[in-house]
Amino acid sequence: MDFQLDQQHEMARSLFREFAEKEVKPHAIDVDETEVFPRETVEKMEKYGFMGIPIPKEYGGQGCDPLTYAMCVEELAKVCGTTAVIVSAHTSLCCDPIMNYGTEEQKQKFLVPLAKGEKLGAFGLTEPGAGTDAQGVQTKAVLDGDSYILNGSKCFITNGKEADVYIIIAYTDIQIDARGRKNKIFSAFIVEKNTPGFTFGTKENKMGIRGSSTYELIFQDCRIPKENLLGKEGQGFKIAMHTLDGGRIGIAAQALGIAEGALDRTVAYVKERKQFGRSIGQFQNTQFQIADMATKCEAAKLLVYEAAEAKSKKDRFSVEAARAKLYAAEVAMEVTTKAVQLHGGYGYIREYEVERMMRDAKITEIYEGTSEVQRMVISGALLK
Amino acid sequence: MKVVVCVKQVPDTKGGVKFKPDGTLDRAAMLAIMNPDDKAGLEAALRLKDQYGAEVTVVTMGLPKADAVLREAMAMGADNGVLVTDRVLGGADTWATSTTIAGALRNLDYDLIITGRQAIDGDTAQVGPQISEHLGIPVISYAEEIKIDGEYVEVKRQFEDRYHIVKAKMPCLVTALAELNEPRYMTPGGIFDAFAKEVTVWGRKDLKDVDDSNIGLKGSPTVIAKASDKVKKGAGEKVVLDSADECADYILGKLDEKHVI
Repeated sequence: MDFQLDQQHEMARSLFREFAEKEVKPHAIDVDETEVFPRETVEKMEKYGFMGIPIPKEYGGQGCDPLTYAMCVEELAKVCGTTAVIVSAHTSLCCDPIMNYGTEEQKQKFLVPLAKGEKLGAFGLTEPGAGTDAQGVQTKAVLDGDSYILNGSKCFITNGKEADVYIIIAYTDIQIDARGRKNKIFSAFIVEKNTPGFTFGTKENKMGIRGSSTYELIFQDCRIPKENLLGKEGQGFKIAMHTLDGGRIGIAAQALGIAEGALDRTVAYVKERKQFGRSIGQFQNTQFQIADMATKCEAAKLLVYEAAEAKSKKDRFSVEAARAKLYAAEVAMEVTTKAVQLHGGYGYIREYEVERMMRDAKITEIYEGTSEVQRMVISGALLK
Repeated sequence: MKVVVCVKQVPDTKGGVKFKPDGTLDRAAMLAIMNPDDKAGLEAALRLKDQYGAEVTVVTMGLPKADAVLREAMAMGADNGVLVTDRVLGGADTWATSTTIAGALRNLDYDLIITGRQAIDGDTAQVGPQISEHLGIPVISYAEEIKIDGEYVEVKRQFEDRYHIVKAKMPCLVTALAELNEPRYMTPGGIFDAFAKEVTVWGRKDLKDVDDSNIGLKGSPTVIAKASDKVKKGAGEKVVLDSADECADYILGKLDEKHVI
């Protein structure tokens, strides 16, 4: 077991860090304040290949491993949670399923421009009545000749209005099991923006990650060409779950980055801030808090990197991903809360940014599987 | 078209310079980076690659760990890397360094050689022009802009209060300023490719037409009397006089006063 990153990963980290500091950080306050999607930053990330890091070169990506991708999300999240989730949702939730389940034609048509960053991706599973409980999905696709007719809506979709390509989960059949219970059978579809019948609903006004364009997607008699079915009919649930396993590594990396970003700022602040004639970093309470924050960040990092490595080596990495996301998200919430506390009154002021980090951190405990779902996955594997 | 870029791994002086008790640089205490002027030179070369399909080779001289700047250059888009490293080359001043690099460059085909103006650790600005002298090719220093015009290179050369446009027939050496451009970032895939590639490593025996008396510490005539962090240059004195003769007299008087002449 080697805990030392090799030179190429170290160099990749220095690249992501430099990019984040120079290109992302200066806009973070504004992105949060104005809720404006950071399009210029995304274009820069396209130029440097950040939008297709783990996708093979023959499909327009960078040909790197999941760890490099996770480190990119982590470094972006240190300075801007919004920018990090844009990359994560695009890569893990849209590029990845097309890579894993797409036909060669679908890869050429959709994955290549996505991985190059020319197009932006999104993923839609959640609905007003279906979050953790996928059976609650009401969006329905019916085969009609050469196309499926899609009806329903999806909510809380990251990259919502800004994306060009969407992976949409809808049910295509209902089966009755041995006990007479109805089970929806899901399929996954690749849906392009501007498809007739596909429109946008409300833009969500969120607590955190405020620039990430979270929208409701509405499908009304929206015809999807049959060739846009991703995988086989009936494979949708499996595709969604496998995709979310990968997505959780991205969100875990985002949570880790937010925690580390808050820690960095807090360390700098407590050295500067003076009370009773001393810097507050000289008080033992501060020192102990900082020690706990740093230790938890490091533990989260090991879990996140372990999950990323598992994804590159194994077909199934659900438990590793769930552990990483559960822990990193809770650490993000705890560390950012402590960061605000150690900043005192200034921590409550937007200019000091730790309050934004605290607001950004909260969503990592909720989206792409709540912390409770992660606990179900982890314990389910142990108790089966 | 073939472009060779000479780069140097230097300690990052952003956070100030650290010295050892003996007055030499404490390189271990500072982060190692690609010299900023050299990076601008590399960017200029990569733009020639984008525009004309030039092949870009990066050369560095240093310890084996200087391999990192070659990988970085390749991750930015350079095609090949050459590391010149050998114990006998250590302790070189600008003379021994330029002799060594020229000896390495004699093994390569090139139309254009680009070096940085100067390195942030030594600040001499001597190595680039010296290499051109060793190789017997023209040099244009302080490039703010580089254009290719057939067999010629046209350079906007920075001068105190103006610039010069200088044109030279290739092969030619150009020294670049950090202000030349904003160097591109590496790409993640470029980093992985750079580490998958071989870097050419040359030692003393690979240097062409180089005499032992001109390399390493023994071949270095420079004696450092004192080293210090950069001292900012003042604004200088501005004098307006009526005639050229009066100006010349004034300058001569000043030079005399300072015992320059």
